[in-house]
Amino acid sequence: MQNILEVKDLLKVYPDGTIANREISVAVEENTIHAVVGENGAGKSTLMKMIFGIEQPQEGRIFYRGTETEIRNPHHAISLGIGMVHQHLMLAPDLSVAENMVLGVEPLRRTLFLDSDRMVRVTEQISTENGLAVPARKKIRDLPIGVKQRVEILKALFRNAELLILDEPTAVLTPQETEQLFKTLFYLKENGKTILFISHKLREVKQIADRVTVMRDSRIVTTCDAEGLTEDDIAYLMVGREISHDRIPTGDAPGEVKLSVRDLSYVDDDGLPLLKQINFDVRAGEILGLAGVEGNGQTPLINALTGLLSGTKGEIKVTGESIAAMSPRTIRERGLSHVPEDRMENGVADVATLEENFIVDRYFKPRFSRWGRLLWRIISEHSRDLIKRFNVLARSSKTVVGSLSGGNIQKVVVARELSSDPTVIIAAQPTRGIDIGSEELVHNLLKEARDEGKAIFLVSADLDEVLKLSTRVIVIYDGEIVKHFETTDGVTGPDLGPYMLGVKREEGAGGTIRP
Amino acid sequence: MNPLLESIFSPEFGYAILRVMTPLLFPAIGVAFSELAGTINIALEGVMLMSAFTGVIVSTYTGSLWLALVCGIAAGLLMASILAYFHLRLKANIILGAVALNMFASGMTIFLLFIITGDKGSTSSLASLVFPELEIPLLTSIPILGPIISGHNVLTYAAILSVAFFYVVIFRTPLGLRIRAVGQNPHAAESVGINVNRIRWYALLLSGFFGALGGLYLSMGYVSWFSRDMTAGRGFIAVAAATLGGNLPLGTFLASLFFGFVNSIAIYIAAINIPSELIQLIPYAVTIIALAVYSVRAARRKRKRVDAESAPEGSA
Repeated sequence: MQNILEVKDLLKVYPDGTIANREISVAVEENTIHAVVGENGAGKSTLMKMIFGIEQPQEGRIFYRGTETEIRNPHHAISLGIGMVHQHLMLAPDLSVAENMVLGVEPLRRTLFLDSDRMVRVTEQISTENGLAVPARKKIRDLPIGVKQRVEILKALFRNAELLILDEPTAVLTPQETEQLFKTLFYLKENGKTILFISHKLREVKQIADRVTVMRDSRIVTTCDAEGLTEDDIAYLMVGREISHDRIPTGDAPGEVKLSVRDLSYVDDDGLPLLKQINFDVRAGEILGLAGVEGNGQTPLINALTGLLSGTKGEIKVTGESIAAMSPRTIRERGLSHVPEDRMENGVADVATLEENFIVDRYFKPRFSRWGRLLWRIISEHSRDLIKRFNVLARSSKTVVGSLSGGNIQKVVVARELSSDPTVIIAAQPTRGIDIGSEELVHNLLKEARDEGKAIFLVSADLDEVLKLSTRVIVIYDGEIVKHFETTDGVTGPDLGPYMLGVKREEGAGGTIRP
Repeated sequence: MNPLLESIFSPEFGYAILRVMTPLLFPAIGVAFSELAGTINIALEGVMLMSAFTGVIVSTYTGSLWLALVCGIAAGLLMASILAYFHLRLKANIILGAVALNMFASGMTIFLLFIITGDKGSTSSLASLVFPELEIPLLTSIPILGPIISGHNVLTYAAILSVAFFYVVIFRTPLGLRIRAVGQNPHAAESVGINVNRIRWYALLLSGFFGALGGLYLSMGYVSWFSRDMTAGRGFIAVAAATLGGNLPLGTFLASLFFGFVNSIAIYIAAINIPSELIQLIPYAVTIIALAVYSVRAARRKRKRVDAESAPEGSA
């Protein structure tokens, strides 16, 4: 079969000296689904950016349909027939589907004016041709995420994309929406398109890819047929060693209730009810997982538990004491620690050093300060100890946190939060966007914490993670607890899906409190 | 009847509203254009001052109204270009850039005024031209409305037509679609090959163009001279008007009309025995009150809509 795209010996060095891609040679056959997998920071995104013209390689050549081509910018890439569906969707929320569709190539009437009718017609046409239904006249704002992504795919097809790049498209989708997307991708392949699919979810890669390229450390490890390759093979290639995929066995029988939530409700400033009568307990020695499509109340719930949200109704108790009216610092002193979902926003100060980040929750303790003066020698010692224990890859404890990779920044956050000797740990998206190696470390640390008798509340958009770590699982939909799984044994992603989408609900789940 | 009420219910009062509205509506349209593109231009105060000054000087020394119009607009476009250059090219904060331009325009016009006329206050010594008033035969003959809407300055009619122009550009042309897209999600626009900076540059030029017309009207229609800081905050009230109007054509027009009404009242009750400082405060106080009322009501409306939407969903 013919190669639609071939790159040879690409080298990309960023201005700060980071080598993001080296000796990259890969060929993409026409009419295939080609997956690119690798840990974060392995160089997948950089490679895609060069193919889509966002970045230029220092060395090497790119061949498109057999012709050597220098892809100057995204516009040029589009004109060649390359389309990209970004992870963060590129849509204007207050414009209609049709308007987003034709943006930049608007059909005209009397040379000056927009032809709205034709706009809608071409949108409907491209939508039927590709079997992807979208409401042409509706505003993007009013559509669910899966449909928005469909609009993005159609946008690329409308611009005559032959090679479609999808950057971690399933990260924001439910299992059902993911199935739908895969059907679409198969359909497109049958109709002659080529798909470059970036992912680090191995099961998906196994499910849809014809060919797989594995990247590690800014190089390509191998490119081979997906046929015959197992998930473990791919994982081994990605990290260069064996990874355990087994569910982490549940610890001893959970102990007494450490975190209890009763009738928690919250209505935001715009009058939106974001949390509705939420009840649950987390006991010592267990991990309670919260599953749900993002944006169904997880963020306000986490903020309420950690004292970052005021104006809630109901009661939250940490080790039997109500935290209402307590400041985040007081709540932390009562034994709660928090791995925030947005580590750059709430987890670290990226311009500060590791030591500074390690002590933000404890600088005032007598161990670290005397007479209002910080004891830097002790702080450095403490930091070096944490760096070692939590395996943070950093040159020194005085390194600025922002210069570390995502996985290492997350290790900094986890190190701080687990080293404060907490009773209750709120872990929100603890492994989002970090590589498999760091993910494994974080998972093991949470497991150890659980075995030490901590009560852990795990919030994650990654269903595999929730099922792998949790003792029990509750599902949130539209601010409500709609399902409670007493155990995760035998529970799979598709079992959770209908509850996450609000299709099914267990009556009275909201009132479920573990007996 | 009370003489004050009598004058308020007179056609002259209606006429005054449109007259007072004109130097607010022009910059309000300018602000709306810029804000839709995501680069709000709060330098219209400075744009108007420069254009008002340029118009008077050019008309005095050349005797050409057309040349005054062209040069006044050019001054406005130049100011907008400076802002665009600082913000889009040099990546300066647009608010700081606009504040600097406003102060620059205030000082610069006084400086030039002194150089040219030897007077730091106004150009009353110069014989500036003014834009003509139009008697439109058909309008004059309409009962009641006739005296209100006829016989206005040509720029007042231009301002009202500009509302239609604004609507057509924003909702009926590719440029308008791109302006809205750029304002809502610049990355989305960029990803389909739209040059975001170029669109923002156009939007800022449009804001400068309308600001310039507002300034020209002020010194060559509303009155026939330039005086220092004669815009008196109109560039900022325009920001309020565009915001109240949701940056949409009809809304911006109605909000400007409302501020025109309030300003006219302030002018009319100046005749009665209230300290003039208090009366001069009215337009600004009303601006603050209007913005507060608007925000509270917008929040409530949103709440109601949400309640209405969530009710049937909750039972599903």
